Amino acid sequence: MTARLLPWLFVLVMAVGPLWLGDQYILYVLTSTGIFIIGAMSLNLLLGYTGQLSLGHIAFFGIGAYTSALLSLGFDLDLGGAEPFVLGPQPVWVAFLGGILVAALFGFLIGKLAFRVRGAYFVIVTISFAQVMRMVALNWVDLTEGPMALNNIPPLSVWLPWDGVIPLYRKEYNYLLVLAVAVVCFLVIQRLVQSRVGRALVALRENESLARSVGIDVTRYLVVATVIAAGMAGAAGGLYTHYIRIVDPDVFMFIYTVTMVIMVVTGGKGTLAGPIVGGLAFGILPEVLREVARPEVQWIIYGVAMIVVVFFLPQGIVPAVRNWFAGRRKRVAATALGLRKETSA
Amino acid sequence: MSLALDESAAPILEVREVAVHFSGLIAIASMSFAVPEGEIVSLIGPNGAGKTTAFNVITGFLKPTGGRVLFRGTDLTRLSSNRIAGLGVVRTFQRTSIFAGCTVFDNVLTGMHRQGRAETWGALLRLASVRAETGRMRAAAAEILAFVGLSHRAGELAGNLAYGEQRLLGIAIALAADPKLLLLDEPAAGLNPSETEAFMGVVQRIRDRGVTILLVEHDMRMVMTISDRVVVLNHGRIIAEGPPEVIRANPDVIQAYLGQGVKHAKG
Repeated sequence: MTARLLPWLFVLVMAVGPLWLGDQYILYVLTSTGIFIIGAMSLNLLLGYTGQLSLGHIAFFGIGAYTSALLSLGFDLDLGGAEPFVLGPQPVWVAFLGGILVAALFGFLIGKLAFRVRGAYFVIVTISFAQVMRMVALNWVDLTEGPMALNNIPPLSVWLPWDGVIPLYRKEYNYLLVLAVAVVCFLVIQRLVQSRVGRALVALRENESLARSVGIDVTRYLVVATVIAAGMAGAAGGLYTHYIRIVDPDVFMFIYTVTMVIMVVTGGKGTLAGPIVGGLAFGILPEVLREVARPEVQWIIYGVAMIVVVFFLPQGIVPAVRNWFAGRRKRVAATALGLRKETSA
Repeated sequence: MSLALDESAAPILEVREVAVHFSGLIAIASMSFAVPEGEIVSLIGPNGAGKTTAFNVITGFLKPTGGRVLFRGTDLTRLSSNRIAGLGVVRTFQRTSIFAGCTVFDNVLTGMHRQGRAETWGALLRLASVRAETGRMRAAAAEILAFVGLSHRAGELAGNLAYGEQRLLGIAIALAADPKLLLLDEPAAGLNPSETEAFMGVVQRIRDRGVTILLVEHDMRMVMTISDRVVVLNHGRIIAEGPPEVIRANPDVIQAYLGQGVKHAKG
């Protein structure tokens, strides 16, 4: 019972706490961390459950960000035909959904590819994919403005009974929106991994030959997982683009993928709570350190903390905590049993 | 080797002139045999005779260089391994093969994949049909664990089981896939005599459930006790085929296993 209520209590605290604190800086940190946590959750679906390491995951994030930005701003596309293709500005939510769809489409292609090339080759292909995306964003100046970045991206809007449709400029609203999307993504992943589909994904991670021998179409389920993960990363990118309201080719930088991998691995890959715990720890840590240490020292502490976690808790924080509790329960049960034996003897 | 069967039972599996060459190396020259429905058929032969290769061909893990494999008239050589499993041809592996990071119960549940229908949308929306299906599958998984005698280990991580229990779990996973034809690749390898004894009981009870069994095994006592028919492979060719008592007396088989020296020993 408590195990069921605990996540919702956590959501409630996260929804009310920061607003109650009312500190704009804390809200900003939590919002950007939350966006990355959504990315990390989607990466966890691939890395943690299907066991495929995609080191180009930020590509889906960036594709979602750029697509959503371009659709909401409108663009014209000159592909050398007689008439350039012109699209006017679209409503922000249409743009947001468009970002998810295009990211999911690229997820489909990468998922198909993942079965031709596996292991180290897949890792290299995904890194290259993200780099190619960065080059496209940098050089297709007509469409993306290149290094000049896309500016003045409209924020997402929401309908409120007391205000009507309002654009979400305020940090509080953006924060709650990110939290809501994170909750939806969490529920989608939870339902998926606890279903027949999720068992097929884990089977692929644990033992691919055995999975095939019992009739699991591993190719298909890997593609399903990649499409969903890419769509979620695209949603995170859309949230980012309409929150920061500027997007440049640097969203495709490798360091962001690494950040998500760190969040997943330290929190506990293949666990539902892992990316959230790891994300909160390593998303907020730099901001906490900024208060107490010089910049150079900050990154040293960050790196040391990461190594310590990976070294002492190789499974990640969440499995370690879970094992500790399970071990304690066993010890308590054993002591109780021992007492009973003593009294009966 | 003739395909004709003296028994009345119709073959569930027919291997016809299958050949496997690995770039010049001939693993199987030309192999033909049939497995009658409802029987336990053993495939034996010295190491390197091509038994596991034959398993890989039948279950689609390896494409043969030539020949056909017919399961109830369907040619399996064109199908992917998961499709073949879907038809009811399920194998176990020579090396212990389980989902080590999952619980014993989830291992069996995963094996039941083909019997479920729930897909992504059903799972996301938690449709009533999906929940009902989950309930049915959990009950069936518990029944399979009881059948192989692993119920008491259901909640344990599969990787923590003892070796003999892992071998049993491997069979449970294969059974969960609802096989019509079960291919067991050295199921008793590494087991002690009492475990082997228990294992033979399990294999016979699986046959009694109406599952045809093709067995590769080195434990001759097990092969001779439980088989209805034995096929002997040597150097990629079938050298003998028949009931255990006939095979035991076949001079070619004795020679393949023990070499020429046996004649002198006997004489």
